[in-house]
Formats: sequence, C-alpha cells, structure tokens
Amino acid sequence: MNLDFAFLTWETLVGFVAKGLVFSIQLTLVAMIGGIVLGTVLALMRLSGKKWLELPAAAYVNLLRSVPLVMVILWFFLLIPLLTGRPMGAELSAIITFTVFEAAYYSEIMRAGIQSVPRGQVHAGYAMGMTYAQTMQLVVLPQAFRNMLPVLLTQTIILFQDTSLVYAIGAYDLLKGFEVAGKNFNRPVETYLVAAVVYFVICFSLSMLVRRLQKKIAIIR
Amino acid sequence: MATWDWQVFCKNTIDGEVVPRCFGSGGDITYLDWMLSAWGWTLSVALLALLVALGVGSLMGILRTTPSKGLVALGNAWTELFRNIPLLVQIFLWYHVLPALLPALKSVPPFILVVLGLGFFTSARIAEQVKAGIESLPRGQRYAGLALGLTLPQTYRYVLLPRAFRVVIPPLTSESMNIIKNSSVAFAVSIAELTQFAMQAQEETSRGIEIYLAVTGLYFVSAFLINRIAHFIEQRVQVPGMIGGGK
Repeated sequence: MNLDFAFLTWETLVGFVAKGLVFSIQLTLVAMIGGIVLGTVLALMRLSGKKWLELPAAAYVNLLRSVPLVMVILWFFLLIPLLTGRPMGAELSAIITFTVFEAAYYSEIMRAGIQSVPRGQVHAGYAMGMTYAQTMQLVVLPQAFRNMLPVLLTQTIILFQDTSLVYAIGAYDLLKGFEVAGKNFNRPVETYLVAAVVYFVICFSLSMLVRRLQKKIAIIR
Repeated sequence: MATWDWQVFCKNTIDGEVVPRCFGSGGDITYLDWMLSAWGWTLSVALLALLVALGVGSLMGILRTTPSKGLVALGNAWTELFRNIPLLVQIFLWYHVLPALLPALKSVPPFILVVLGLGFFTSARIAEQVKAGIESLPRGQRYAGLALGLTLPQTYRYVLLPRAFRVVIPPLTSESMNIIKNSSVAFAVSIAELTQFAMQAQEETSRGIEIYLAVTGLYFVSAFLINRIAHFIEQRVQVPGMIGGGK
C-alpha cells in the first residue's frame, strides 16, 4: 500500500487537529494543577496521624489506583449527569475525571516527597514557634516539591499520554482530531502514523527536559 | 436515583427476557454469560501480553546493561519508542496501520495484535525495571564473574540475573497489575473484553451502575489475584538473609 501524506496541509492541521491539541493540553494542565493541589491535601491527610483523616484519604487513593482509567472515565460520564441532574459534555466530564483520578497518583508522589524531608525539619519548624500549617507551608512542602519535581513532571507526561483515553466518551482531543481528519480524507493509516509521531515528539522532548532538570537538581542537592 | 436492578444480568441479550437460573441455554446467552466471557478475554489478553512483556522487556533491560554500545543503544531506542507513544495510539498502530503496511499481518487475528501491542508497550516499562535491578547490584559481582572465567552470558545467567530478578519482583508485580488495568484499552479495537462489555451492555440495558459495578469488581478481583500470585512467587524465591528476603 502507498502512503500519501499530501492531504496533511497546514489547513487540515488547523482545521481538524489544532482544536484537539488545545483540548489535550488544557486537560493535561488543569488535571495537573488540580491533581497536585488535591493530591497534596490527600497526602497531608494520610500523614496526619489522625485515623479519621487517614482512612478516607487512603480509601480514595487505593480505590482510584486499582480501577482502569477507562472505567473511571466511563463511571464519571455516567454518574455526573445522574448526580447533577443535567447532561454534561464529554470535555467537561473528562476534565473533572482526570483531576479526581490524577490526584490519587500525585498524592502518592507527594507522600513520598514529604516523607523524604528529614524529620528534624519539622521539629525545627515547631521550635521556631510555627504552627502545623506554617511548618508544612514554609518548611516541608517547598522541599518536598523540589525533591519530587522530576517525578511530578514524569507523571504529567504519563497524564498527557492518558488523555488520549477520552476516546471512550468521544471527547475531541488530539487523537480524535487526527482520527476525524483521517476519516474525512479517507486516509486513516497516514493520520494514525502522524498522530503517533506527534505524541512521540511531544513526550520524548518533555522527558528529555525532565532528565536534564533531574541532573541539575541532583547536583545541587 | 433509580433503585437497584441486579436482575439485569439474568436477562437474555437478544430479547431482554429474564432467564431462570441466570445462565443462557441453547445458543442464547445472558448478560452474565457475556460478562464472564469478557472477563476471560480480559485475562487472556493481559496474561499473554504479560508473557510478551516479560520476555521482551527482560531482554531489552539486559541489553541496556551490556558493555556493547550498539546493544545499549538498541535497548534505549526500544524503551523510548514504546514509552513515549500513548497505549491507545500504539494499539491503533497495531490494528489499523501495520496490517495496511504489511499485508502478511492481515490474516493475524486482532486478538494477537492487541496482545503484541500491550506486550510491547509494557516491555518498555519492564526493561526499565530490569535495568535498574541489574544496576542495583554491586559492580564487583560482574567483575567477579568475569574474573572467574565465566563468559559474559554466563555471568548474566549465573551471577547477575538470579539476584536482579529477585530485586525487581515488587515493581514487576505492580506492572503485572497495571497490565490488567491497561488491557481495558483493547475496547477501542473491538476485543470483547470487560470494558467493551461494560460500554455495550450499558447502552443496551441502561443499567449502567449495576454493570459498571460488576465490571469494576472483576477488575479488582483480577488485579488482586495477580498480586497474590506474585506474592507467592516472591516468597518461594526469596534468599534468606537478604533485605526483602528471609524475615
């Protein structure tokens, strides 16, 4: 079979793919920021030493980590309209799902990060007269973030790859953009190939950047 | 919210009538029959892909620790290639693109293509773990093997790998549990596995919550089974006196 990429002009890309790329990036960024914030709260709950905070956080994290992401996407797409009483677009549903889902993974990373900070730092914070919140905010979390930055970013690259799974509910993401273009020009083989190359280039360059960052951090520490 | 209706699983998939005793007969199947067969597909895809991933992943991981620059580059390229493309896109490449480019693949059943796709995707992660496992061993082990006159393959076979594989059992366990979860992506190329069942049965019966609960439960059970099997293997192969070994 002959491959023909001639249809992939700038107009095609802008017309079909750009919208999907924007959504994929938007979804990744919102889920990353929301996931890290929620994940940090969950991590603090799990490390609080209070059973009534620990147990719900542990249940949340373990539950979401043991269900396939596709099923979580389907669950939310089914449940959100039932709970709110009105239909919700696939895109918005995906954003909520990914934020909730990724929080479980980010929380495990943050937990490891917080645990990697020497205990003496906490005692030092208290000895300075800081409250728990101040100690966490000013002493522990900045160090934990710094230690965990490469892992957090790697998780974000995985998150970006996983956004392609919104296929299950038909949201218009990068992959969908290529797919629609492929159907339109009856060139599905070429568009899937190009989609793979685009994902590879994005993810590979990001992981190279993370690797450089990791080396930098490792030297300073 | 509506009330529970677990009878949905006893319904015939064709006429929607509730079948007594829940299992279909004479060529008719109920949603329960369908779901159990879908579970079988999920387990088959996942376990076969796991075999592929363990084989290829170990090989690539080992190559990345050899003294040969060419082999290291091959292992690295393999890992980066399969790690940086989303699984769903890889599955599409196997299912839509490769058979179009290589006509010989046209007669290969989609099931095999998905197994290879999922297996190769996971092999990149396993290569990473195996490499880390081998590199975690003291450098002297390799030199000791070579100094004793063992060839490089012998050094790997008798000195490095027996220890490295024990080190990587815990991360490999979590990869094995991931592969069960990741097999759900096969829904996109019409493999009749659990997620595909969940989507279709939800459409047909509108009892999404019951169906999703059952399917999610089966995913839990599958991952738990893998976890127990891996734990059993870990116990059987542990070396007394090693960290993570004999307690």
